[in-house]
Amino acid sequence: MTKHELKENIVKTILSGASLTSIIIVLLIFFFLIKESAPFLLKTSFVDIFSSRWVPVSFIEEHFGMLPLLTGSLLVTSMAIIIAIPFGVIGAVYIAELARPIEKEILKPFIELLAGIPSVVIGFFGLVVLAPIVKNVFHLGTGLNALTGAVLLALMAIPTIISISDDAIRSVPASYKQASMALGATKMQTIWKVTFPDALPGIVAAIMLGIGRVIGETMAVMMVTGNAAIMTLYPFESVRTMTATIAAEMGEVAFGSDHYKALFLVGTILLLLTFILNVVAQKVLKKYRRV
Amino acid sequence: MKKKSLLAGIVAFALVASTIALNSSKTLANQKYLTVKGSDTMVHLVSAWAESYMKSKPGSNVSVTGGGSGTGIAALINGTTDVAAASRDMKAKEKTIAQQKGITPKEIAVAKDGIAIVVNPKNPVKSLSMDQLKKIYTGKYTNWKQVGGVNKNILVLSRESSSGTYVFFQEHVLDKQDYSPRARLMSSTSSIMQSVSSDSGAIGYAGLGYAVGAKGSVKTVPVKKTNTSVAILPSEKTIKSGSYPIARDLYFYVKSPESQTVKNFINFTLSSKGQQIVRQAEYIPIK
Repeated sequence: MTKHELKENIVKTILSGASLTSIIIVLLIFFFLIKESAPFLLKTSFVDIFSSRWVPVSFIEEHFGMLPLLTGSLLVTSMAIIIAIPFGVIGAVYIAELARPIEKEILKPFIELLAGIPSVVIGFFGLVVLAPIVKNVFHLGTGLNALTGAVLLALMAIPTIISISDDAIRSVPASYKQASMALGATKMQTIWKVTFPDALPGIVAAIMLGIGRVIGETMAVMMVTGNAAIMTLYPFESVRTMTATIAAEMGEVAFGSDHYKALFLVGTILLLLTFILNVVAQKVLKKYRRV
Repeated sequence: MKKKSLLAGIVAFALVASTIALNSSKTLANQKYLTVKGSDTMVHLVSAWAESYMKSKPGSNVSVTGGGSGTGIAALINGTTDVAAASRDMKAKEKTIAQQKGITPKEIAVAKDGIAIVVNPKNPVKSLSMDQLKKIYTGKYTNWKQVGGVNKNILVLSRESSSGTYVFFQEHVLDKQDYSPRARLMSSTSSIMQSVSSDSGAIGYAGLGYAVGAKGSVKTVPVKKTNTSVAILPSEKTIKSGSYPIARDLYFYVKSPESQTVKNFINFTLSSKGQQIVRQAEYIPIK
């Protein structure tokens, strides 16, 4: 081996090592979460794990039912996505197809700015500004409920949905649009009948990545949803999400206790959910990606 | 050119990092360096003590961190802090773990704290008994009219289960029963205050210092020990005499036998100057 080849090989190894790091880390996290939560899974019956009571600190009997946390996360996430989809998708269509260059210059950086606001700041805004508004608009006792959390999460999902949908819409070949226009279709007809359907798989993937972003969000939901572990599908009730539970309880939990293991199980479920979402979204994107 | 400057940057960074690491290990070895970790309730108080102590003893260094009573006790057991600040007693489980690690923890009560019951200023309710509080927090009472107020749903606010105050309140007010599942668990005392000041049906609890600080935006409710006894507002006098029922000691836990540095600091907190700082921080002196 010449000196040159040796050098080349060393550089190659370093580069591939760097790119492998993230895979190794994900695998290690999976392994660690499962290792910490497995004893709890084996010890506790399935019925108890999916019971409806999450009472981790009690002088009588502790309960670690995951169901209220699961429904809490799902309720907040689905409401957030329902709110975010119209804003995200319509916004992306406008930016990609209709906005003048100067508008784009202004809109894009602001959307990126929204994506970059720390979630604790958004949470604080939610607690002080949004919660009282929600309370007054719907005549409630308090604004600390699932709906307030969902609105904040929608704010965080919108930039993700816009920027990925924007890419999808812009990758529709110009020839399709030109053909449509040549047949006498108006600009709006072209957008809704040609461009939008063609970009739809990309938009679906954008929405799924938005869900992934939202379901893992912690700080903002913890500050405004009230964190009562009750099973509900009513938007004005308080909910406790999986992420908020881990964040709030991990700091004080006795190392190696049932509570500690149960929190790791919550983490495992959360990781599995986001993992599945991301894999499916990537599959959708890949399948419809043009060569 | 670019590559060279990047390399230089990395080298410089490594140098700075290693000097910092060296320095911190040097200070750790220094006998005058002291760490206090634990209760979030006590962070303000301990910081005030540390500041005053460092001023009176030049060259000494006290670092204070929060994280919760349990975190502090765990750190003491693991040997990562000299003093653990705790707003609750050490649990039997924690004592056994400490013993397994060969540590004999010593408990020193350094101050007292009253827990104030706060409601919205518009709430007309005049007083609440311990029994009524228990029924509100366990979810038996859900409307203010059941405790002599207006016809309005009660919004129950509590701290998160990781808080020492949560456990204390559960033990002494709820008689060790479970909180109502509908109780909203707030991540901080300030968010309880925020909600109580804006939601007219809300009730919450907080350390007396916080309640005094939020005067005007929340109302502190006098508490009756039994349904027939006199309603009493929390204050230094009523907490010291024991007539206000929801009060607790705040503790320092240290490894026994304690080092001279630790001893000096604790003697300072218990001195008249130290206890004066307790009063200034809106807690109740122990002596």
